[in-house]
Amino acid sequence: MKYEFSKEELEQIEQIKARYPEVKPATLPVLWIAQKKFGHVEPEVQKLVAKTLELPESHVHGVAEFYTQYYKKEQGKFVLDVCTCLSCQICGGYDILHYLEDKLGIKNGETTEDKMFTIQQVECLGACGYAPMMQITNGVYVNHLTKEKVDKVIDGLKKGEVPEFEKMEMRKVKPQEN
Amino acid sequence: MAVDWRSYKPVLIPDIPNLNDIDVYIKNGGYESLKKVLSDDWTPVSVVDEVKAANIRGRGGAGFNAGLKWSFMPQPDGGPRYLACNGDESEPGTFKDRMIFEYNPHLFIEGALIAAYAMQCTTIYVYIRGEYINWINMMDKALQDAYSKGFIGNNILGSDFSVNFYTHSGAGAYICGEETSMLESLEGKRGYPRVKPPFPAQRGLWGRPTTINNIETLANVPLVINNGADWFKGIGAENHPGPILYGISGHVNRPGVYELPSGVPVLDLIDEVAGGVKNGKKLKAIIPGGSSTPVLRADQLDGVSMDSDSLREAGSMLGTAGLVVIDEDTDMIDLLWRIAHFYHHESCGQCTPCREGTGWLEKILLKIKNGDGEVKDLDLLLDLTTQMEGRTICALADAAAWPVRHTINRFRDEFEARCKKSVHAMA
Repeated sequence: MKYEFSKEELEQIEQIKARYPEVKPATLPVLWIAQKKFGHVEPEVQKLVAKTLELPESHVHGVAEFYTQYYKKEQGKFVLDVCTCLSCQICGGYDILHYLEDKLGIKNGETTEDKMFTIQQVECLGACGYAPMMQITNGVYVNHLTKEKVDKVIDGLKKGEVPEFEKMEMRKVKPQEN
Repeated sequence: MAVDWRSYKPVLIPDIPNLNDIDVYIKNGGYESLKKVLSDDWTPVSVVDEVKAANIRGRGGAGFNAGLKWSFMPQPDGGPRYLACNGDESEPGTFKDRMIFEYNPHLFIEGALIAAYAMQCTTIYVYIRGEYINWINMMDKALQDAYSKGFIGNNILGSDFSVNFYTHSGAGAYICGEETSMLESLEGKRGYPRVKPPFPAQRGLWGRPTTINNIETLANVPLVINNGADWFKGIGAENHPGPILYGISGHVNRPGVYELPSGVPVLDLIDEVAGGVKNGKKLKAIIPGGSSTPVLRADQLDGVSMDSDSLREAGSMLGTAGLVVIDEDTDMIDLLWRIAHFYHHESCGQCTPCREGTGWLEKILLKIKNGDGEVKDLDLLLDLTTQMEGRTICALADAAAWPVRHTINRFRDEFEARCKKSVHAMA
């Protein structure tokens, strides 16, 4: 399969390059553009990024490998990143992970046969006060997960409905009531 | 003296609807402090002095006086100079800078602009972890709005001051919150921390003078300019003044981000602010400021408050003020193993003591967790921590070693109870 950027994407890449005094800093942003377009940054996509930026393939490969959010191979349509780190761990993150594994019949790191879902156990996503939680395909955060909420989210995703953005809760100190 | 937090009114995330909208922000006095410093009454040096006097201690975890950090920048030589804002926010237990991106992005932007003016920087980058894509989009929108109002760009508000301001997305790597690693990542490379010296103020981005500040740190700057250093120093704890965004998580009834003065007693934060321990359970322990800060037992918390001095006396650190509350049913071995797993996963692999050490910490803790450990393994773990601490380029090895050492020492009985008796005599 041949990978190419569109004219619009090449223009966007030129704008990104203009933000920095040299080309190399565009590596991460352009890998993001590529992943958004192709769904992953397999070696062939990495080569396209290298060619577009006129950088060594080894450099782009090294960067893609270092950062966990770049998918080095094809994933399911929806990647479910379940946090199990610290606050999520002690608030039931593993229960959510295992519930999802049982529900979808796959293990952490695997993709369902219909290529719909991939499950990944991930490190802290910075949503500790909303634990347990997961992120869907490097996008929306789904907070305060329960088994019921997981069921609802999965049913929705099967119909192509991605959950809506959840605002962070504005917390106010309540006076003590006796 | 106890800090009066009950009557405190938030200033970083005040209760004003739609404050993220630039017009609402301006209506409520926004960008006035930028105007102020660009007037004839102020010079870059006087801004640095005022911020230094306010003693805004870095909110990213290190707690260094921000104005003092700014003063390390060399004299301008006509070449580019950079401000890199650290929104990587990846220390487990920490989720507070996101609150600023969502509720008050212009306060941070204004603070960064004032900082850039004070240090005479030519470009500002805000590095935000890639997972925060929704919040990166919010920042891009806020920056665009600030550009269109003339607060960013050439000859800002008719002055001689010109600066550009861009977001830069990470892509999943805890280490990029370490300031020199963040610079490598901004330069488009793998996030390997740099050897210091040279410090970023001497040689930072592309070899040019660069200062790195945390998002919350910079959000305090317009407040200091508007109200003065003395006002700021009057808030909260004497040696660590100002407002703090406390991220409270774990076993509490009302977890979330709360803005209060520094120096709130830990037990007040848990019992009153966050609504107490969930399900009526007893408190077992806390982690005060992100996963690297040493755990404290509930019986160590009497009179301890959330400021650097008080927590140091108690045997821990303020870190990012991301307070994790742990109830009586929590298995400390499980908890510590998961923390060790995190640091092993996130070690960049440059330095042997960290790359290998974090792996061994995790492996041995897993063995203990599975009931196959021996008492001597606890001493092996403690020995390992001393082999890691202070022997690496950056502080990740320290951050991995501290929780292991302090959790074992402070919950030794619990760990020993899980271990088999050692068959051999201890060395």
